This record gives sequence, structure tokens and C-alpha cells, in this order.
Amino acid sequence: MKAIVSVFAHDTVGIAAYVTALLAEKNINILDISQTLMQEYFAMIMLVDLAACPLPFDELAAFLKERGLERSLDIHIQRQDIFDAMHRI
Amino acid sequence: MSYLINSSEILQTIEMISQQHLDVRTVTLGLDLLDCADSSVDGCARKTYDKICRRAEKLVETCCGIEREFGIPIVNKRVSVTPISLVAAACREADDTPLALAMDRAAKTVGVNFIGGFSALVHKGFSESDRRLVASIPRALTETERVCASVNVASTRAGINMDAVALMGHTVRRTAELDPMGCAKLVVFANAVEDNPFMAGAFHGPGEPECVINVGVSGPGVVAHALRECQGAPFDVVAETVKKTAFKITRMGQLVAQEASRRLDVPFGVVDLSLAPTPAVGDSVAEILELMGIERCGTHGTTAALALLNDAVKKGGVMASSHVGGLSGAFIPVSEDAGMIAAAEAGVLRLDKLEAMTCVCSVGLDMIAVPGDTPAETIAAIIADEAAIGVVNNKTTAVRLIPAIGKQVGERIDFGGLLGSAPVMAVHGESAAAFIERGGRIPAPLHSLKN
Repeated sequence: MKAIVSVFAHDTVGIAAYVTALLAEKNINILDISQTLMQEYFAMIMLVDLAACPLPFDELAAFLKERGLERSLDIHIQRQDIFDAMHRI
Repeated sequence: MSYLINSSEILQTIEMISQQHLDVRTVTLGLDLLDCADSSVDGCARKTYDKICRRAEKLVETCCGIEREFGIPIVNKRVSVTPISLVAAACREADDTPLALAMDRAAKTVGVNFIGGFSALVHKGFSESDRRLVASIPRALTETERVCASVNVASTRAGINMDAVALMGHTVRRTAELDPMGCAKLVVFANAVEDNPFMAGAFHGPGEPECVINVGVSGPGVVAHALRECQGAPFDVVAETVKKTAFKITRMGQLVAQEASRRLDVPFGVVDLSLAPTPAVGDSVAEILELMGIERCGTHGTTAALALLNDAVKKGGVMASSHVGGLSGAFIPVSEDAGMIAAAEAGVLRLDKLEAMTCVCSVGLDMIAVPGDTPAETIAAIIADEAAIGVVNNKTTAVRLIPAIGKQVGERIDFGGLLGSAPVMAVHGESAAAFIERGGRIPAPLHSLKN
């Protein structure tokens, strides 16, 4: 299953490193990364493949949320289908 | 293979959900109960409870799973059932309240917040069972928490059953005297649809399959946000913007509907393309009309603005879903829309203007509080006017009035939660009693010579 991971935070050093390490820890392959700055706000979006991730989706979402909060990051994971449905005919 | 992320699209979706109140308003499981018929009301109630619990057992759990995986809030999970007057036709007892109590218990067991279908279809006349059901409504709505009732009193093909209109005037009043909250769960329809997922008017029509998933989308906040970007633009741009936004909202609803249908192994019925407001700030249909250039909802121009909105929502949504149905359009419930409440309290939005707006909105006079001393005949006359609009214009109309017992114009009645709070609005003091007392039927309208 493919999913979109979105990370929102105030821009600081090491956000991408921290989040990618979390994903690697759960054996999640990153297919694409995009990041933008909106004023001082940092937004990173990653397309990931969950095929080799041992955690069920719910637990993974909770894990990312919890570990994100430890660094004041707002991390969400959603199935990719929702974005495709809304923006592709 | 390349995996391109389009950040602006993804951020737009995330912003719609987190900032603009985008959600799936309801996933409603429609369920046929005709096989629960029994000669005793207790036997029928037992079968009804068992069947709802069995078939809707996994509804809430499944929807919560979809919510978490897709990151889309599904605000309500609901059940609609076959009109109970049909299910209870074989019962010997005079009171259908035990069936409402069974529905309420089942709703609590499976965890849905409303269950619709304590209903009767009497647009041409009453069966004995229909009479029993309507007579049971005031008590049934007072003694239950989650049961919704509806009665269809008119249709374009049959005309208006004025005996039913008169009876519903009294029924609304009696329900309010027991508990005004009951009236928030009671809808009087003309041209009721069989696959509506929205409460309080949802029921599972006799033409529907055994079990079906219908989904109602929402999103006034998303449309309002999009319209802020086209201030001063001509209506062509406004209509296109609403259409594009409605398309996106509906695609999300279609995805959720298909996923729920697959996981529950229940056929997908329809997506109802509705803009359903909530009392939350920024989730208002009135605000959309005001963004088009109306200073305050209810003033001149409001009906034209609503007509454009209602039509564009349908045009945008219809291509985004394989099956569209239900009520589809813009709802204008007063108590559930912060902008409508403000306009009513300012004295700009009045009952007469709301009635005109129902000619072009998706349903009708919805969640409107009227003074507690409003006579039953006046309520019936309001129902008759609304039914006439629906019958002649070939559309669904409905009346959900709440006589606020003990309150007068200018006071407010609170329902809590999604139902919000309503300012008590003025009705005309002149009587229509002699009109209502006539009884009989208003014939179906001519279907040609349309002017």
C-alpha cells in the first residue's frame, strides 16, 4: 500500500533526517520527497511504500504521531488514494 | 517509474480537512425490515432489534477504520430502515412505540447516533397501519433518543393529502408539547426520496435492496474558501468554481462509499451531493451566499444566489460519482448554520423568504423554531405551502418546524451538538384554520402547459 506522509513544523535543523530515520526503523521505503517553506513553516510531503512495514496502518499512524510530537512535529499518514480521487479524473 | 508528488494538491486536501471542515457527513446503512413483520408488536420489535444489530454490527468500526486510513473524518454513522408503518402492518396492537424503542436500543447497541425510518408514506391516503404509526409519533419521539420519524404527505403524481397535512400539524404540535426536541427528529415530506442518507428524513424505501450503503458528503466551508478567491468575478466564474469544488468533495465521498461498501460487503447505493452546514463558524451555506455579494442572507438576491449554488453543486458532483441520489443540493437548516442564525436574529431572514428559498434549495423549511403558541392549523398551513412548492416544481420539499413551547419571537431554543440552536421566528398571526379544516386532497398538478 502506498501512503502520503505529511510533516508540518517550525523550520529547524534535522527534521528530514529525524522523520526519514523513523520511517527506516519501520522498514518503510520512501518513493518521493517534496518540501516547501511557507513563511517560517516547514511542510514536507513524502510518498512511501508500506509493503515491507510490519506494523498495521493504525499502529504506524499512532507511532509517527507520537514520535513526531516528541520533536514538536505534526506528522500524519494517509492512504494515497484519497489524493488521487480528489485531484485525478 | 516516476512517483511525482504534487505538493499543492496534497496541501490543498490537507487544508480542506484541517481548516475548512471538509468531512463525510454521514455513512448510512439502509436496511430492509419487511421480513421482521409479526402479528404481535413485541415479536416485531424483537426481530427488528436483532436484524439491525446483526446487519449493522460492523458499521461503526469499519467507518472508523476508513477515517483513520484516509485521514477523512466521517462525522456520523447511521442506519435507515423500511418505513415502520409497512413493517408493523400485521401487528394487532394500537401503538407502534415499542418498535421505536427497539430501534433506539439497536442504535445504541451498534453505536450509531441516529436511526431513521419511523415513517409512513401517506401521500394519497392512510392505511390502518399508517394511522397507528402517525398516532405513535409524539410518544415514540419523546421516549427515544436516536429515532427519527418522517411522513410523506404529498407527491407530484398524487397531489397533496390535506387530511395528512392537517394531522401532521397536530402531530408536530403534540410532539412539541411533550418535548420540543422531538420535533427536531420529525420531518414532513413532499416527494420524499427512498435513498436519502441524511437525518432526520432518512428511510429505506420499499424499492431499495436488502441492504445498501449511502453516503452524504458535505463541505460548505470548502466552497466558501474557494469563492473567497473569486471576489468580484462574474457568475460564470462563480459557477465554475463551485462545480470544481463540488467535484473534489464528491470524489472523496465516492471513495469512502466504495471502500465502506467493499469492507462491509454491502452494495453501494448513492452519494448524496449535499452541502450540509454545521453550527461551526466557517461551515455555513449562508456565508457562501454572502460571499457572492449578498450583504446578509435573506435580503433581495438571496434566492438567485442559492439557485446558482444548488445547481452548480449538482453539476460538479454528478460526474464525480457513479450513482448520485438522495437529496443532493444545498441544505438551509436555520439552527445548524451560524450564518442563517445571525441573519434570522438580525431580522433579515424571515420565514417567508425561507419559503421562497426552498423553491431552489435541495429540501425545505428545516430546523426552524416558531413561537410556542403557534396553532396546529398554522403549522399545517405552512406544511401545505411547502408541499405545494414541492408538488408543483417536481422536487423534494420538507418541513421540520419546532414549536418552542413557552417561548416567543426573539428568544432562542438550544438543541445541542449538530442540531445547534434556533432563534424563534415569527409566523403570521392570521388564521388558516378554515382552509385546513376542509380536508380531502389537492389534486396532482398538470404536467403540461408549463408556465
